[in-house]
Amino acid sequence: METTISKSSSTFESVAIRFAGDSGDGMQLTGSQFTETTALAGNDLATFPDYPAEIRAPAGSLAGVSGFQINFSSREVFTPGDEPDVLVAMNPAALKANIADLKQGGILIANTEQFGVKNLERAGYKSNPLEDGTLSAFRVFPVDITNITLRAIADVGLNQRAAVRTKNFFALGLVYWLFSRDMQHTLDWIQGSMAAKDPVVAEANARALRAGWNYGDTTEMFAQRYEVPKARIEPGRYKNMTGNEAAALGFLAAAELTGLDLFLGSYPITPASDILHYLSKQKHLGVRTFQAEDEIAAIGSAIGAAYAGSLALTTTSGPGIALKSEAMNLAMMLELPLLICDVQRGGPSTGLPTKTEQSDLLQVLYGRNGESPIPIVSASSPGDCFYAAIEAARIAVTYMTPVVLLTDGYLANGAEPWRIPDMASLPPIPVQFHTDPATFQPYARNEVLARPWAIPGTPGLEHRVGGLEKANVTGNVSYDPMNHDAMCRLRAEKVARIADSLPATEIFGDAEGDVLVVGWGGTMGALRAGVERARAEGHTVGHVHLRHLNPMPNDLGDILKRYRKVIVPELNLGQLWMLLRARYLVDAVSINKIQGKPFKEHEIARAIAEHAGSKA
Amino acid sequence: MSVYSFLKEIAHTDPATLGRKDFQTDQEVRWCPGCGDYAILAQVHKTLPELGIPRENFVFVSGIGCSSRFPYYTNTYGMHSIHGRAPSIATGVKVSRPDLSVWVVTGDGDALSIGGNHLIHALRRNVDLKILMFNNRIYGLTKGQYSPTSEQGKRTKSSPAGSVDYPFNPISLALSAEATFVARGVDVDAKGLGAVLERAAHHKGSAFVEIYQNCNIFNDGAFDYMTDRKTKAETEIRLEHGKPLRFGANGDKGIALDAQMNPMVVDVATHGEDKLLVHNETNAALGFFLSRLVHPEFPTPVGVFRAVTKPTFDGMMEDQLTAAKAKSKGGGVQRLLDGGESWTVT
Repeated sequence: METTISKSSSTFESVAIRFAGDSGDGMQLTGSQFTETTALAGNDLATFPDYPAEIRAPAGSLAGVSGFQINFSSREVFTPGDEPDVLVAMNPAALKANIADLKQGGILIANTEQFGVKNLERAGYKSNPLEDGTLSAFRVFPVDITNITLRAIADVGLNQRAAVRTKNFFALGLVYWLFSRDMQHTLDWIQGSMAAKDPVVAEANARALRAGWNYGDTTEMFAQRYEVPKARIEPGRYKNMTGNEAAALGFLAAAELTGLDLFLGSYPITPASDILHYLSKQKHLGVRTFQAEDEIAAIGSAIGAAYAGSLALTTTSGPGIALKSEAMNLAMMLELPLLICDVQRGGPSTGLPTKTEQSDLLQVLYGRNGESPIPIVSASSPGDCFYAAIEAARIAVTYMTPVVLLTDGYLANGAEPWRIPDMASLPPIPVQFHTDPATFQPYARNEVLARPWAIPGTPGLEHRVGGLEKANVTGNVSYDPMNHDAMCRLRAEKVARIADSLPATEIFGDAEGDVLVVGWGGTMGALRAGVERARAEGHTVGHVHLRHLNPMPNDLGDILKRYRKVIVPELNLGQLWMLLRARYLVDAVSINKIQGKPFKEHEIARAIAEHAGSKA
Repeated sequence: MSVYSFLKEIAHTDPATLGRKDFQTDQEVRWCPGCGDYAILAQVHKTLPELGIPRENFVFVSGIGCSSRFPYYTNTYGMHSIHGRAPSIATGVKVSRPDLSVWVVTGDGDALSIGGNHLIHALRRNVDLKILMFNNRIYGLTKGQYSPTSEQGKRTKSSPAGSVDYPFNPISLALSAEATFVARGVDVDAKGLGAVLERAAHHKGSAFVEIYQNCNIFNDGAFDYMTDRKTKAETEIRLEHGKPLRFGANGDKGIALDAQMNPMVVDVATHGEDKLLVHNETNAALGFFLSRLVHPEFPTPVGVFRAVTKPTFDGMMEDQLTAAKAKSKGGGVQRLLDGGESWTVT
């Protein structure tokens, strides 16, 4: 996102826009409409919704500011953009909370009607920033959005309160005009979904949208419009996809690929609940969803369903994992396939529920009593959650083990254009329940050390499992010291051998050289963009983004040796960093940030340049 | 072909061929000699073959504690899980496989302390589970601390000056949690326990059975007052649906209400049989009332406190799935992938 908007040209490679307003101002809807329209216009894009933890914080307060950022481009887009080129601020609090991010010389559109004494006070302003010269670094466009909207829809017949609520569509219309976007998609949506609920409200919003467009077109406030040409995108059919929806679809796809019934035991928690919501609607596919009384019962029910032969899943976030850890250990001991999806959020404790972080890695790897190896898979973009979910399921049923899928709040709520996959092109995941009593031993193992899956209802295979240590092969309770030693090693070896099934690690950029950037999870876009910038500056840089965090790929140790410096950027205080140092004796450097926000591209580029330069 | 189709095609055990021996395992039973658990195990093994269910369709789930070793000694599918969580695990089994007969074996510590939340929610949902709670009013496996059903003032290793905890009344708790079947049995009363287990097994919905169980090591004699042949008639009252509440050597005593709706023990001859309370398993308030009859003021009721039928959680979920499948346009996951707003890049 290096381009700046200048008056000399109306065509730009990339633009980032942030819509910000009160949590009741409809900023998320505004952003998602702009996103869909922009995708249809053929740009590549990435989005970042940023909403407050409070459902409805006091109107006009800083705590209640809700934002939505979209970065769209004629090139490949990896992140929602470091600094927005355009900020739409619907009130003083939205301005105050976001102005520090706006690019120097960027466009600020502010709703002047909201900049009265009371709202200025609520936002902590002593004077009106639109008038006191403090915004001179930006191109400020004060627009009386509320009142112009009210005049435009005066004869529709809405009461004052409902009428004021349409002002976000005025802002959307204005921004559509400014960036030469077609209004038709949003008009269709208004006439469809919105009109079905309330035709009068729909009419008012359609008028507000047009009024915003016309305001841009007819007033002389804006000297020009801006164009962002289409991106070159791999052919195919696309849709906008959030991480939570992609994960849900991935679990559904895994059920279809295995032939198993999907069971979800879950307890509502931000930011994971949308997976529960989505899967609850798929009863026609045989999906059973159980909203349990707590996190423990949620995973407990999933363990029961796994024992009974379902593709069992539990979804949660960090605090839920803390509660589930005892049951995760039971599933590990039972050697039953179980998917545990952790949509990470800011911790510790209740932490920052609506903000993103990558700080559960060590918790899911080590947060249990005893030697408890559990495979970990991570997703690197919203759409990638689909494939990561399928990979987690492949490991779970092939190796008879619980598997943790790590996503995060940034992926869960962020959206990207996603090429719709063809189910027929995905490799099936074979599952065979054991049925033969003559060859059955509950803890006998196959060539990948997986034990048989024998489900209730199968005659002659009645057997007992449990959390007490099991005798190798027979599965009877055993306190024998040598058996315990053997079983701990067997369980560890089983998980370690998963690495033999992984493809060669992909290296983006230079296959050897100054710096290797190693990351995992939702930071992929920022890391990739940062690496591109650093390479453009002349550094030789490689980027490895790990999907598998336990076990790690067999070739990783060799790759780490090919660079003079290894840096590990993470949204935590250095969790993967510590693991890499411990396992590979590599003098890696931790780049970390723990602000509830994703990395910016320039932060990564700067870190790379720093370490590429220090030719120690 | 579905990965599950073998369950329909395979030859299932003929329940008529099953006897109690078929439910015993080759594992050495490791409860203390003289433990009340042996009697309960024997009674369950006697009941299971009489239910007309193939052995492979039983699943026993337990938590942690002495009673929770039960699945190891019962030759069905089973899981010895983690402390207090058995009802949630059993819920997952039953909801995902309504064709199975799912039982929970738990104790007063497992079900009412660490697992209290799971117990009440399983009962409230009316999941079709048979929950057998062995109540010995002590922690046995951890060697003798007071439990949530221990009487106040009890001196144990962790309450040397006497426990100041008020105990739970498990029957009152289960009834308040809207359990559709609530009963009490006693380990040494083979006949009474057998009858209660059989009714619980046939109940469609969540069945909660409290079983008084003697821990002869850490709380010996806790229920002697009602198991001793000499005093039993005066200290125990058998609940029978539609029958007046009578007890005593020759049924000479009964339970009636005083003017303030309090229970009172009356002499049947002088008070009149027609003025005794008549047991009604479908009356929730009466069930709760009877659960408050506590020793030594009153005889302890055994038998069925409540038995009502209402749709089960697992049954209603199955109905929703069936209805959704009937309306489905087919196409599987691909239809979902293809649905919604999309655009084509060429």
